[in-house]
Amino acid sequence: MKLLRELFFPLVAVLAAFVLGGIFVWIIGDNPFETYRLLIGSAFSWPDGIGYTLFYATPLIFTGLAVAVAFRCGLLNIGAEGQLYVAAFATAWVGIKFGGTVVDVFGTPVNYSWVTLPAVLLVPLAIVTAIVAGAAWGAIPGVLKARFGSHEVINTIMLNFIAIALVSYFTQYHFKQAGDPILQTVPVGAGVHLPRLGSFIPGLPTRIPLNLAFLFALVACVLVYIFLWRTKWGYAIRATGANPTAAEYGGISTGKQIVLAMAVSGALAGMVAVNEVLGYRYRYYDGFSANYGFTGIAVALLGRNHPVGVLLSALLFGMLIRGGIFVDAFSGKVSKDLVEVLQAIVILFVACEALFRGSFGRFGLLKRSKV
Amino acid sequence: MLELRDITKRFGNVLANDGVSIKVRPGTIHAIVGENGAGKSTAMRIAYGFYTADGGDILVDGEVRRISTPHDAIALGVGMVHQHFMLVEPMTVAENIVLGAETGGVASLDLGKAADEIRALSDEFKLSVDPRATVESLSVGQQQRVELLKALYRRARLLILDEPTAVLTPPEVEEFFAILRRMREQGKTVVIITHKLSEVLAISDDVTVMRDGRVVGRVETSRTNAAELARLMVGRDVLLRVEKTDAAGDGAAVLGVKDLTVTARDGKRRLDGVSFEVRAGEIVGIAGVEGNGQTELIETLAGLTATGHTASGEVEFEGRAITRLNSRARRELGVAHIPEDRHRRGLLLDFDLAENSILGDHYRKPAVSGFGNVFLNDRGIRARALQVINDFDVRPPDPDLPARSLSGGNQQKLIIGREFEINPKLLLVSQPTRGVDIGAIEFIHRKLVALRDAGCAVLLVSAELEEVTALADRLLIMREGSVVGEVDPKRATVEEIGLLMTGGK
Repeated sequence: MKLLRELFFPLVAVLAAFVLGGIFVWIIGDNPFETYRLLIGSAFSWPDGIGYTLFYATPLIFTGLAVAVAFRCGLLNIGAEGQLYVAAFATAWVGIKFGGTVVDVFGTPVNYSWVTLPAVLLVPLAIVTAIVAGAAWGAIPGVLKARFGSHEVINTIMLNFIAIALVSYFTQYHFKQAGDPILQTVPVGAGVHLPRLGSFIPGLPTRIPLNLAFLFALVACVLVYIFLWRTKWGYAIRATGANPTAAEYGGISTGKQIVLAMAVSGALAGMVAVNEVLGYRYRYYDGFSANYGFTGIAVALLGRNHPVGVLLSALLFGMLIRGGIFVDAFSGKVSKDLVEVLQAIVILFVACEALFRGSFGRFGLLKRSKV
Repeated sequence: MLELRDITKRFGNVLANDGVSIKVRPGTIHAIVGENGAGKSTAMRIAYGFYTADGGDILVDGEVRRISTPHDAIALGVGMVHQHFMLVEPMTVAENIVLGAETGGVASLDLGKAADEIRALSDEFKLSVDPRATVESLSVGQQQRVELLKALYRRARLLILDEPTAVLTPPEVEEFFAILRRMREQGKTVVIITHKLSEVLAISDDVTVMRDGRVVGRVETSRTNAAELARLMVGRDVLLRVEKTDAAGDGAAVLGVKDLTVTARDGKRRLDGVSFEVRAGEIVGIAGVEGNGQTELIETLAGLTATGHTASGEVEFEGRAITRLNSRARRELGVAHIPEDRHRRGLLLDFDLAENSILGDHYRKPAVSGFGNVFLNDRGIRARALQVINDFDVRPPDPDLPARSLSGGNQQKLIIGREFEINPKLLLVSQPTRGVDIGAIEFIHRKLVALRDAGCAVLLVSAELEEVTALADRLLIMREGSVVGEVDPKRATVEEIGLLMTGGK
């Protein structure tokens, strides 16, 4: 019952967005039903549709969780984008320095490594690096807020610029192969590659980049739930988010919770690197993130900052991305911008939730604040 | 003037108003009393058009009227002042009053004329409010008068006041009542919602008593008394006095405060060289006009020095200096704290009762268990919550409800129950019965006395002079951050204490 109630408004928002989006399609002069058939059909076909939908959803699960954890502590982490860039570069660096011989863009074998670690050590090391790098970058605005009271929104935005420019610089001047026209690092060693799920699931080809990171994302949902609702740390973080003065009264050091929540948030954002670097591109690729960090805010908002909601809304966004490509290619007049319109309407409707509630009884807002 | 006839209103499963009929005679002050949740505010919000009744009629001047928005009510001359002010603080008094009732065209707001009108109204009722002052520069009492002016400016003939005295200090209450009497003299009608019986008796002409959504009594104030009203409100006989024996008085000093000074960032001393002791088995009361350092005193003793404040001096607990300990360490020693503002400090309103019952103890048994005491222990938390709920009669007794859904009295009982759970040796308690109904007040007072009798040292701050004098074994009076006197609460008169509180003005 409670779950149904929680799901109700996001579902209404999604439905309303589809109806409104359909009207837009109709105005443009295309058939909305045909467009949606194309969108949904291409997102759920087997194996490509489902494979890619889940692949696109994976980074959004991580960034959605990242934003949700910070939000539960009363913080708005706009910096997931920067955190995942730093983590991606750091992870690639581990793969380059400990991954052994690789084949470069011209087809020649090269060895950039200091030592070559076996996969059993290298993969965990790379994942831990992603987590630590993301956490460290996320903790910076946390410390600034706890120590000096400077606002995390401003600081995370600024740190995004710094992160992206910094890793671009390192890529361009220190880790790019001479003569490579693309701004990307040299490849990481094969030992650090994560297996694609196609290797385990019959009928799913390994060319689809859906990889082990998706399963990590599912595990992350469970772990975030346990962390926030089943541990004393989660209690302290949520108490700080719900009422910092009461948390303080309860002997909780709110500054510590802010730093902890931002670090955990950054660590989750950093896990995007595992999907992108270790599971997909096998190198750091400049500008690889399709705004995952920012879309994560929408994912968390739609998912009501709960791991289950985040998972569902990330799957929805993954589906939209996948379907959008097909709508773009195969429909007459509609471009994939429709997908962005849909996303925007969903977010608008979710943001207007208070109004929805209000319309169910006059002065619904007042009624809620009463007592 | 105003009549509610057979009003019924349902919120979900709760029948908030069940056939409520109230008749307010023109030119009178009409008190509506009842415990929290009795339906007083609901009935008046219906009269003001905030809610629409499910059944029944509203009559204004003898005619059935449809009031479905506050606009309708204002048009009929009905105004309402809410418990929580609805003012825009950085704006001036005149701007606030005119807001929503602007005259003239889009670009021709004539504030000067409005200000003159407001000043005339203010003079007529002797409100002494300057229309050009910004609201944030006004005291709470003055802000309330701005709210009154808002209604008067809209030509209200009948004013509904929801718990108007909850935010006022005793001298402000006197002043406020004088204003109400003047309004009555000028022919206005006033409806005052309250649960303080002394106020009902002091100010009203008629009383309507409500309980559980129904009207259970209608009397002329001159023909009733506090005991009868209390019995009607609660539905049984209520002890209006605190029953207690004399304190043993020979206990060891539990709390020692030496020369405690708290300085704000602007250099002002919020506490100025405060020294006193609290012994085991006694209640030391602190009386004073609110804002004279009581908040800073209790919070500093609890280990919650506000950011930007610096404290100096010594705090000793059982002979040991605890000046540098934080709130958690103090709690572990046995210092419990019932904060003055339960919404700001005492509760996580969106958390359920179970989660609230472990605030302050969430990191230790029985709230946690398992490996390294990291994981919350659901069974332990529920057991703790049920214990508090049972021992303190928290209603409804459902640990899964959010704290927000409880009435003020039950929220307060939850907090007190939680603090009693640690078997405190020292209890710091501030405004224990603010906004709490009579039945619960009696209950809370008994619990505090029982804790004292069990040997706990209690430091009690209350803005209710009656409350501190009734409960305290010794009474300290604070003014401007200093303790200015100590009296025996059994012998001292209200005048004597009042003189110390105000500095003999």
